[in-house]
Amino acid sequence: MEQRLANTWRMTINEKKFIETSLLSDIRVDGRRPFDYRRLTINFGREDGSSEVQLGQTHVMGVVTSQLVQPYRDRPNEGTLSIYTELSPMADPSFEAGRPGESAVELGRIIDRGLRESWAVDTESLCVVAGKVVWSIRIDIHILDNGGNLVDAANIAALAALSTFRRPECTLGGEDGQEVIIHPPEVREPVPLIIHHLPVAVTFGFIGKENTVVIDPTHFEEAVMGGSMTATLNTNEDVCAIQKAGGVGVLPSVIMQCLRIASVKAGDITSKIKNAVESFNTERSLRKIKRHTSSDVVDVSETARKVDIELSTNHMDRLNLLSEDRRVAQRNDMKVDCQIIQGISKRKSDAKSFSGGPSSWDPYSKGVDSDALRASFASRAVIAPMKKLQDTKVDQPINKELKQPITENNSYVPPIEPIEVTNAKLQTNGEKTLIDAIKPKHRRRKASSQK
Amino acid sequence: MEFVSPEGLRLDGRRPMEMRQLRAEIGIVSKADGSASFEMGNTKVIAAVYGPREVQNRSQQLNDQALVRCEYTMANFSTGDRRRKPKGDRRSTEISLVIRQTMEACIMTHLMPRSQIDIFVQVLQADGGTRSACINAATLALADAGIPMSDIVTSCSAGYLNSTPLLDLNYVEDSAGGPDVTVGILPKSTKVTLLQMDSKLPMDIFETVMQLATEGCKAVANYIHEVLLEKTKQLDKHRGV
Repeated sequence: MEQRLANTWRMTINEKKFIETSLLSDIRVDGRRPFDYRRLTINFGREDGSSEVQLGQTHVMGVVTSQLVQPYRDRPNEGTLSIYTELSPMADPSFEAGRPGESAVELGRIIDRGLRESWAVDTESLCVVAGKVVWSIRIDIHILDNGGNLVDAANIAALAALSTFRRPECTLGGEDGQEVIIHPPEVREPVPLIIHHLPVAVTFGFIGKENTVVIDPTHFEEAVMGGSMTATLNTNEDVCAIQKAGGVGVLPSVIMQCLRIASVKAGDITSKIKNAVESFNTERSLRKIKRHTSSDVVDVSETARKVDIELSTNHMDRLNLLSEDRRVAQRNDMKVDCQIIQGISKRKSDAKSFSGGPSSWDPYSKGVDSDALRASFASRAVIAPMKKLQDTKVDQPINKELKQPITENNSYVPPIEPIEVTNAKLQTNGEKTLIDAIKPKHRRRKASSQK
Repeated sequence: MEFVSPEGLRLDGRRPMEMRQLRAEIGIVSKADGSASFEMGNTKVIAAVYGPREVQNRSQQLNDQALVRCEYTMANFSTGDRRRKPKGDRRSTEISLVIRQTMEACIMTHLMPRSQIDIFVQVLQADGGTRSACINAATLALADAGIPMSDIVTSCSAGYLNSTPLLDLNYVEDSAGGPDVTVGILPKSTKVTLLQMDSKLPMDIFETVMQLATEGCKAVANYIHEVLLEKTKQLDKHRGV
């Protein structure tokens, strides 16, 4: 496929002949066999819904964002999915900044057909208020380096980004129940998209007079090939989309053969994507747990694990909850699978409400309830103010009690010191408090390990 | 919704394997080097070819072959609702690219280096299968312009609704959300040059539908050959042979 602009790199006749001749002996320029894919690496960004894919030299980035919009008139109870491709000029000298050229549009439409028409993403679940408000999912694909076969790489980037994307949860509220309230991620866990299947694109190139078929053509092979075909398939042996936009003619038997090969390759790629997504989700849930305990000196989960579960105090259950989180982190499901018997649901929501981390936690906000405060304070090991707490009754709401010591004690004692200082004090205090629930010797062990 | 009745009739009374009525006319745009209009049922399309002529944009000139450009537009009045943007939207850009690459497969571009061939296709009435009608019209227009081609390209679409493969979908059947397979072949060798498919289909059913579309393309090819033969006989008569 020749480029049209004067400043593009043109293939020399020698290079062309070399590629064609070596293909006659089943060798490709980069050493691959005709039906081998290049090395595929899928990385994710820190946020949900951003992916980076490298297929050999081709480097593509995909980002998914969501927005509430009005639905189309003819589809009032379905969300929308739109794909935008940007062929950055840094990727290839023939790409121009600004308006997308033909190849950018074609790329976007191939991926669009594969995802939208094959019902890969469940758009009906994106509906909030039928006919009025739906979620609009926007996939932005940036081509960073054109090493050939942009379609496959961009498709994988889109699929990976969609698989890790989470949209904020929203509920209907307000006076008339028609107002849509979007909950920030700190309040409610964002919801992943429902993806029925992963349509993977596999591109074939037809090179030379005998129309030798190669998979995953590189930039050089693309300049030489007489035609190309992109088949989008999923692992259920369904053909989701095919794009053979002209070019050299091939026999229908060759096409069917290509489709069979493509379904094998699609299976490989799908498993690679799924593995990458799973490890990202694992890492994500681990990260969420760490944020809980990051500012605490006391490694709460460790404490809780060793603590006896039968001790029936709120605080204890909270710590157990956190340790459960750790264990559960291995599973993709972020909802803490609480095995604690007593009063689970309320505490579960409290624990989850802290998943935002210290930056969003305000100890003075009235909205926080006593249970949450008790647990977090204990886990934060701010012992100095707790000292005073021990003199008061346990069942009084802690809000007021804690507020006094903190305001008086302006110097917010750095967490490390109090533990060592007050461990002894904890033991001397005769009155039973929440702190006693934690066996002191574990704290000491933790303090020493923290050093 | 039922697209194939129990008796085996479709919404417009056709059988599943039946194509719509074809009508073609050559030489309708007098200013163009070659032109044709092609009708498939209610879908009506006009194609005009200018070339080979001098390349307008010197930077795009190819020294060893002709430059083929194609522009696909839909008239504002072609669909039920008035269209806001007849060209420049993504679908039109993609179809222009597709038609250009399909015609490039059959035009002997190496015979006309440093020149330009423009194909303009305009949809006057859209009732499904516009892509196929455009390719068929472009083939006729290129033949009318006398541009050397290795073979003609014919195209037809097919779908799969109510568990039946259907040939030549119209707009209602197309927008039903079922699969739509558009095939373009070079009739002499029955090689497939254009193949586009959307929606989901199991592989074995896809093969059946593709074969059905290929048969439709062969039928269109027969009709186009007839039309071209007719036109040539007329030209002969005017020459006074």
